[in-house]
Amino acid sequence: MEALSPAVAKGIIDAAYILVAFLFISGLKRMSSPLTARGGILWAGIGMAIATLVTFLAPIADPATTSHATTNLALVLIAIGLGGARAWWSGKRVAMTDMPQMIALYNGMGGGAAAAIAAVELYAGNAHGVIFGSLAVLGALIGAISFSGSGIAFGKLQGLIKKSFRFKGQQIINLIIVAAVIAIGIVIATGFNTTPLAVTVFFVIALLLGISMTVPIGGADMPVVISLYNALTGLAVAFEGFVLQNPAMIIAGTVVGSAGTLLTQLMAKAMNRSLGNVLFSGFGDASGPSGATVTGSQKPIEASDAGVMMAFAQKVIIVPGYGLAVAQAQHKVWEFAQLLQHHGVTVKFAIHPVAGRMPGHMNVLLAEAGVPYDLIADLDEINAEFETTDVALIIGANDVVNPVARTDKSSPIYGMPILNADRSKNVVVIKRGQGQGFSGIENALFYLDNTRMLYGDAQGAVNQLIQSVKSLG
Amino acid sequence: MIDGFIAIYIFMLAAFTGYEVISRVPVILHTPLMSGSNFVHGIVLVGAMFALFRANSSLEQIIGFVGVVLAAGNAVGGYVVTERMLEMFKASGQKKPHGGQQ
Repeated sequence: MEALSPAVAKGIIDAAYILVAFLFISGLKRMSSPLTARGGILWAGIGMAIATLVTFLAPIADPATTSHATTNLALVLIAIGLGGARAWWSGKRVAMTDMPQMIALYNGMGGGAAAAIAAVELYAGNAHGVIFGSLAVLGALIGAISFSGSGIAFGKLQGLIKKSFRFKGQQIINLIIVAAVIAIGIVIATGFNTTPLAVTVFFVIALLLGISMTVPIGGADMPVVISLYNALTGLAVAFEGFVLQNPAMIIAGTVVGSAGTLLTQLMAKAMNRSLGNVLFSGFGDASGPSGATVTGSQKPIEASDAGVMMAFAQKVIIVPGYGLAVAQAQHKVWEFAQLLQHHGVTVKFAIHPVAGRMPGHMNVLLAEAGVPYDLIADLDEINAEFETTDVALIIGANDVVNPVARTDKSSPIYGMPILNADRSKNVVVIKRGQGQGFSGIENALFYLDNTRMLYGDAQGAVNQLIQSVKSLG
Repeated sequence: MIDGFIAIYIFMLAAFTGYEVISRVPVILHTPLMSGSNFVHGIVLVGAMFALFRANSSLEQIIGFVGVVLAAGNAVGGYVVTERMLEMFKASGQKKPHGGQQ
């Protein structure tokens, strides 16, 4: 290593970063198609490994900056080992159902790291001039918001934080916090006051902002928020990349920033929510859980009857929702579907864009259970088929099959694209009790004449269905 | 130096690239792709390493250390969960012949 001159080390780093940028972008490109997705993450992973390895040449490329070179090298190695091992362990163990909050957690860590870089540069006074000062401050602000906000999102999805804290004047308080953080940010960025005290106050308020922005947002909107924070972290990384003059960070951060923004918009659209709506009003706040009240009664059915009904049907469409994921019933459901197939029934799975917790989450869960690709259809493909379907089996889904989204203009979910399960000849709904969905809206589907309710948790109820079909021989 | 107009050019082109790369992604890949892009901004690890390598005081070393721990968690965790999700997609493709009876 000593043989390398600073110029050569710098050259190796710069050349490697070009390769890294190429690997990241083509990796992401591959990840956007199911056929090549798996290779995509591998490409990006190789890019990350190369980037990390060549960065160990940084002290050689830039030798005279510190008197703690050896200590710092040791610290870097320990920190990578510590953070990497802990994340490897948790990433390998996390259940597929808990994936959204895990992504939130890792994303928050990235945001925190970007904020930490900014903190080092600002405390050390390395960010000279208004432009670099502004970029460092901006990256610090976004990174810190992403860090604390993702932490709250994790807590909510993990069930650690159960309430959505809302009170009168909350938005005014948020505005005051925003104004305060911008004011201090300007003071630091312009070099007017870059004392450690100012920097510390700035970070405390920025972290506070992430918390106060996120606590009022309900669990149903969390995926959009996580996706937004993912894009923000990318942006923060890009800004800190400019400060550190690091092209790999600039390019990767910006690509994630824009791709993440697009992804956030796609998710919000699939959920029939605008981004402004998600961030600045709680679900149903404006109108309250209103909508016309539903008349009629819910008609129960025994599992044995429901099982027989489906075994003798021509075509069954299964609509899985979050309740299925909670009950970890995806394997049982696939077993049941295979059983029906043996009885000559055509079985398909209909996936709403926001089934599960995030767009695509339910596909992951069904794939985990071994359900083949071609049995899974999304909303556009399958909606016309419900009319020729004998039984639609709804498992733990609610709002995504609520016909009031088509009919009732006063309903908060009016206009949301839904699966037209109500148009099939019979509907069987597996549900834990008579409660309402995430949105707190009464579901008109449950009161239709062709709907039967099978009460119980998804796992147990599907088990009973399996027994009932098996008993037919 | 990457500054001034060069910086803005890089920023603009990279932003277009990110937008184009995922503009035609099917809904089924939204979650894995979000996870994958989450992994990619784990490149912040490189920056955190730079910051810690250059640290001159105990305070800078502590913050830099925390930064590298967090960034390594982002990169490694992001890779592991994305890989796990995408692995299952491959498995389901292979089982295709069983499906779609009738």
